Amino acid sequence: MDINSVRSQFPIFSKKINGKSLIYLDSSNSSQKPLSVINALDNFYKNEFSNVGRSIHSLAVNATNKFDETRMSVKNFINASSKEEIIFTKNATESINLVASTFGQQNIKKGDEILITELEHHSNYVPWHYLREYKGAIIKFIPINDDGDIVIEKIKELITSKTKIIAITHLSNVTGTIVPIKEIVEIAHKKNIPVLVDGCQSAPHIKIDVKDLDCDFYAISCHKVYGPTGVGILYAKKKWLETLPPYIGGGGMINEVKKNKITYAPSPEKYEAGTMPTAEVVAFNESIKFMQSIGIENIVRHEKELTNYALEKLKKINSVNIIGNPKNKAGVISFTIEGIHPHDISTIVDEDGVAIRAGHHCCQILHERLNLTATARASIGIYNNKEDIDVLCNAIENCRKVFNLK
Amino acid sequence: MDLKELYKDIILEHGKSPRNFGKCEKYTHKAKGYNPLCGDKVEVYLRLNREKKVENLTFEGSGCAISVASTSIMTELVKGKSTETAKKIVKDFLNMVKNTSKIESDDLDEDQKTKIMSLSDVNQYPMRVKCATLAWHTLTSAIEGKKEEVNTEAID
Repeated sequence: MDINSVRSQFPIFSKKINGKSLIYLDSSNSSQKPLSVINALDNFYKNEFSNVGRSIHSLAVNATNKFDETRMSVKNFINASSKEEIIFTKNATESINLVASTFGQQNIKKGDEILITELEHHSNYVPWHYLREYKGAIIKFIPINDDGDIVIEKIKELITSKTKIIAITHLSNVTGTIVPIKEIVEIAHKKNIPVLVDGCQSAPHIKIDVKDLDCDFYAISCHKVYGPTGVGILYAKKKWLETLPPYIGGGGMINEVKKNKITYAPSPEKYEAGTMPTAEVVAFNESIKFMQSIGIENIVRHEKELTNYALEKLKKINSVNIIGNPKNKAGVISFTIEGIHPHDISTIVDEDGVAIRAGHHCCQILHERLNLTATARASIGIYNNKEDIDVLCNAIENCRKVFNLK
Repeated sequence: MDLKELYKDIILEHGKSPRNFGKCEKYTHKAKGYNPLCGDKVEVYLRLNREKKVENLTFEGSGCAISVASTSIMTELVKGKSTETAKKIVKDFLNMVKNTSKIESDDLDEDQKTKIMSLSDVNQYPMRVKCATLAWHTLTSAIEGKKEEVNTEAID
């Protein structure tokens, strides 16, 4: 893989930040976009725009076809059984809310239990909290160890006859832990418990095969997968899409509407009410093509190599503390520096053009578990190279200088 | 922008060794502040006498250098002032970090003005303004005897 040719596909890297080259290490937050995706958005609005699934004029037919092509690409990208199992949403947050709401409505009653983990992003906790608040459900947390790995044995202990669903991240946005989903799904399915996987961080960085994982639901945010904002994906096994109630009501999701009765369209339309982010969905097809043009194996190899390089270099810097040491770690590196608050780190490295994130990264439960209020996080994307890591490390050294640390 | 303008030695020093840290004895007012963006928390303890003069002002909490230094400097400047004057100083400070970079007040001596002005460059860093203002809003809340926690997302 030629990293320079990958990087050159991203126009933003020709821009200067504070007079310096951009060192973008905030891909866990959102990824930058290749030119092909930007052009696809531009082209759709300039030459092809129409709403989809309604009108029968030529533009509408073309737009509908293109919209559907992305659905097919997503199906292949994650190895779903059929494209009807792919629902477009606003983002992964909405995907998880969709499941929590509809599954909860149908299957959760007072005293029922939901298992999540201490690693979860707020978007895979708050939607389940609603069921605790409105339905009297109980949320139990699968613990992690100090390395940031999930304690798998605890799952068996926590499962009871009241456990109705397990919701779990595939890849932590703080520790970079890659969670053994397949193993957890096996444990859950032995007890007939469905599993929702938050795939926000995993989709851009590791191979996703929902058939192999055998999970029931899988949520993805397209803007993290080199795609446009405003689009998310929910994969759900067909049996769930056929049996769960609809979510948002409106145009496009109905079969027939009478004064006294409404019937709903089959999936995926059943879950895609109202006008969708049409141009964004169409453009997302280019993101998948971009990923496929590099090859997921190459992506994994490049990012693993860079992560190891970064970890080695960071560990050599005095007073830098890396958060978590999971068995299987992706390119998400959270750290603290003794004597410097993460917000100060972020402001100081920004002067060198280095974009990292500081804060709790929407994981307050995890930070509390690790006795931290905030961390700094450098997260890697396919466009990063060793020079980026070198600049980051120099910028961190500069933090220590600004703070007069020895 | 030179980072040393933001991280002046006085700010680093107050950030590292904050003054008036801890819970003061016999406080009459207290208030909590929270910045949901970073999770930083501050709690201020205020002792007012019968003439509504600030006899003591201390704080607890954790945060970045800007927020701890800002809080520490605030406690030094407000101690000994009447609540009316304290409120004027807060208003003046907020105006400085959000808009003007200047202090208008006649209520501070030259030394105190130098201290408060050390925070004026924060207004060049819009994402950091809330770090600096959290404690000051929380002080106002304590003086006014408000019960609910100050939240930077709701006020700034």
